[in-house]
Amino acid sequence: MATTERADGQPALSGQEPLTAAESIARQEDLSGTPPLVQTPSQTIGPFFGFALPFEGGPELVPATAPGAIRLHGTVFDGAGEPVPDAILELWQADEGGNIVQEPGSRYRARGVFTGFGRAAVLADGTFEFLTLLPGPVASGARYAVLTLFARGLTHHLITRAYFVAEGEAEPTDALLERVDADRRGTLLARQDGPASYRFDVRIQGDGETVFLDYPGPR
Amino acid sequence: MPDEATQAEITAEIREVERRTGESGRAVRHPLRDYAPYRSSILRHPTHELIKVDPEEIERTAPTFGHVDVDPYESDLTVQHPADPLGERIIVTGRVLDGDGRPVRNQLLEVWQANASGRYIHKRDQHPAPLDPNFTGVGRTLTGDDGSYTFVTIKPGPYPWKNHRNAWRPAHIHFSLFGNAFTHRLVTQMYFPGDPLFALDPIYQSIPEQAARDRLIATYDHDLTVPEIATGYRWDIVLTGSTATWMEDEHGDH
Ligand SMILES: [Fe+3]
Repeated sequence: MATTERADGQPALSGQEPLTAAESIARQEDLSGTPPLVQTPSQTIGPFFGFALPFEGGPELVPATAPGAIRLHGTVFDGAGEPVPDAILELWQADEGGNIVQEPGSRYRARGVFTGFGRAAVLADGTFEFLTLLPGPVASGARYAVLTLFARGLTHHLITRAYFVAEGEAEPTDALLERVDADRRGTLLARQDGPASYRFDVRIQGDGETVFLDYPGPR
Repeated sequence: MPDEATQAEITAEIREVERRTGESGRAVRHPLRDYAPYRSSILRHPTHELIKVDPEEIERTAPTFGHVDVDPYESDLTVQHPADPLGERIIVTGRVLDGDGRPVRNQLLEVWQANASGRYIHKRDQHPAPLDPNFTGVGRTLTGDDGSYTFVTIKPGPYPWKNHRNAWRPAHIHFSLFGNAFTHRLVTQMYFPGDPLFALDPIYQSIPEQAARDRLIATYDHDLTVPEIATGYRWDIVLTGSTATWMEDEHGDH
């Protein structure tokens, strides 16, 4: 569809007159209410995201040959202990120096920039695998990545942290881990299970249920 | 094995949960995670309370996307094939803001949907309605400096699913959004005004508050409608992250 430029630089659809400045402002003020604004509710990702959300290189934040590349892998289980075949996970983390990268390129790996973001759909057996770098430690000394989980049946996605623990290394501790009951703390640990490989299973419900997180914020 | 509950039984369950939630006095602005009328949620919700945590720096930031990640033509779902797709061409536009009213700028917004017949291109969609060789049903865009976005697409059809006997989803477009913080991440669905299937749908109804459900329904806006081309819908989105289902006094220790 042909487009023309509007006064505010936004493309206008053909057939639409460009907005005047006053009209633009009126449009922008359309959103009713004053802050804090009430959030938009979640809805399940459903079963049919597979043709839309996964992208080439999504699970590979770095190539397998990159120095320091590690595997973060696991299986997603439901409340019956069965693997979940239609989940998708996202990973968000700092780089090896603990820096948060604010660079585009997460959907275009050919650019070769480590952006700290990855997305991996599980396979039919519920397994997933990211290739990434070990995130640098935060002030507490803990190294962790943030993971989100989406699936059919989850009305709202779940968020957790995967704390990396190398073989022979002491378990990390920080403000969150201290607040979690000792018998559930292990669900937050991505333990080394081989050379440059860490395992992190996600149990949505039941025995060994993963600790999921919620964050205070404006309502 | 498909659930053989009737629509009347599912509707009764929906109304019962709604009544109980209303009595609890909680502000419930997101769907319930444990929502039996939506059968797939039964084994896919945590039974422990979520642990409330103050976000650290990584959680207060979000991935960055740019024009290297999204082509401008991806926001028009009607131009991805040699010919025009079948169905009712629509424009969907709106703004993405955070809870403080700040625009969510230059952030990735992804959409996916069924075609005009209610059929997804996804290989596991078994609905015996025709695929449209001229419609994939996937779009992407980056929000503008004012948080605005615009898609051109086809109005999706309603479609049957196996939750219960004669279950049909209201017409919807799936949206995936990144906010100003990773904890603001949101995946949701946009609906169209006046859909007769709203009251029957356990996914839409998984949000117990009517005012919150209404936030998922776009507004028909004749000022957006382009003569001879497409009808226009407006839908604004607010990303704040917190599930906001806590009791008032639960904020005490933060
Ligand atoms: Fe759908």
